[in-house]
Amino acid sequence: MNTPAPGADVVFVDPQRRALRQRKARRDALVGMLSLIGFVAVVGFLLARSPGWIAVQETFFDPEQFADSFPGLLEAFLLNIRIFLIAEPLILIVGLLIALARMLKAPIFLPIRVIATIYVDVFRGVPTILVIFLLGFGVPALGLEGVPNDPIFWGTAALVLSYGAYVAEVFRAGINSIHPSQRMAARSLGLNSWQTDRFVVIPQATRNVIPPLLNDFISLQKDTALVAVLGPIEILRRAQIDASFSFNYTPYVAAALIFIALTIPMTRFADWVQARAMRRRRAGAVA
Amino acid sequence: MTQGQQVDPMLSVRGVWKAFDGHPVLRGIDLDVGASEVVTLIGASGSGKSTLLRCVNGLETVDAGQILLDGSIDVTDPSTNLDQVRRRVGIVFQSFNLFPHMSVIDNVMLAPRKVLGHSVEVAREDGMRLLKQFGLADKAGEYPDRLSGGQSQRVAIVRALAMRPELMLFDEITSALDPMLVGEVLDAVRALSRDGLTIVMATHEMAFAREVSSRVCYLHGGVVLESGDPSTFFDQPVHEQTKMFLKRINAPR
Repeated sequence: MNTPAPGADVVFVDPQRRALRQRKARRDALVGMLSLIGFVAVVGFLLARSPGWIAVQETFFDPEQFADSFPGLLEAFLLNIRIFLIAEPLILIVGLLIALARMLKAPIFLPIRVIATIYVDVFRGVPTILVIFLLGFGVPALGLEGVPNDPIFWGTAALVLSYGAYVAEVFRAGINSIHPSQRMAARSLGLNSWQTDRFVVIPQATRNVIPPLLNDFISLQKDTALVAVLGPIEILRRAQIDASFSFNYTPYVAAALIFIALTIPMTRFADWVQARAMRRRRAGAVA
Repeated sequence: MTQGQQVDPMLSVRGVWKAFDGHPVLRGIDLDVGASEVVTLIGASGSGKSTLLRCVNGLETVDAGQILLDGSIDVTDPSTNLDQVRRRVGIVFQSFNLFPHMSVIDNVMLAPRKVLGHSVEVAREDGMRLLKQFGLADKAGEYPDRLSGGQSQRVAIVRALAMRPELMLFDEITSALDPMLVGEVLDAVRALSRDGLTIVMATHEMAFAREVSSRVCYLHGGVVLESGDPSTFFDQPVHEQTKMFLKRINAPR
């Protein structure tokens, strides 16, 4: 192959160098494969040799049990999905409102700012499962007129309060990440403080926080199982019941697989969104 | 000054002081700008050019002194509505500061719609006319990350112009640009000065300053050390400091 003239508008790679690169790529792939196979073999060997392996196999991975409980688990999982779908939009609203409340600067708004700060401190500090306990058992026990005593209602409310505090902080970080020059440019055009937030800062902040928000929502999907402590038959409770009937833990494994089946696509989606946001930001920085 | 005695200057800066964290930047600076004048501020980095422009627009608060528009509106008075001032005084920054989540035309239409209350149709028509005037009509639907630096800066100029300001402030608007792209932005400023817009600009483009300015001011030590019409200023500087500055900035790099 001839060398093209210097400056010609083609991609030219020295054939020898190209062969070298290909050899290296093949070798890297082979080493990775062998390393993985070796690792799996060692772990499998140690598992199989462990004294309780046979018992574990029977109690956790019983195919018959799996087939028996799977449809019921799937049905119970619909409740988890329902809780998730109701909680998610409410969390977004609470989070954004609290983040905005914490950013009010006028002295007259001090009480609002203090309340919002206390809310975030308290609900970020208390374990979610405790919030669910306290609300789910505490509020209905008050016996107030017109207040629902449905455990699903209070379980969902507890998730909203707990996650709302986290999401508020995510939003606040997103708002703080917008460079002051954006606010300055908006103010210089005559927009007032609220218009600047509404049209310039918040839209950009929201875009920036989508990846961390997706992360929080993956976490929320799993934490819907915590509502089980209040008694409604969602997937974890269903698995518990099945397991206590048969003294076999396979339903738990089945429940775990169902959760994974939902969270893995979400995780991949979040990764993709994050990668795309990073590319965009890099493209923006060049301009 | 070409101004008559009884006519108030469009902009009058009187004895303005401004310090950042105990470091004085402006030390009692005075500056008058008449209608349709093009006043260029030159000086070393940190001489207070940008700070002065930002004070005029109310983006910085002053420590002492007055900044009057039309002899009547005091920008430095805390009771003055700065949003009202900013409708009349436009500013363009070195770093463009376009809104990255909006298309070019949306960048241009935002303030006319939200501040002046124009309808989308009126704002769009007006914006498109301005974009066309600055050779950007085909970029109306693009997002800022698809523009070159020169295009971005011209969009920023159009965005400020869409508010129909009486006074325009340019804060080193070519300093962040690739040398190949400086010309197109300077052409835009040249066109505005010909149209009679009142302009105060900070710049390092000396040839351009000589060409378009009605007056050149050299800022040093937080005051205007020397000012004059471009040919006098550049050809017969009086102060030693001015001579030194001009010598250094004209030296071939």
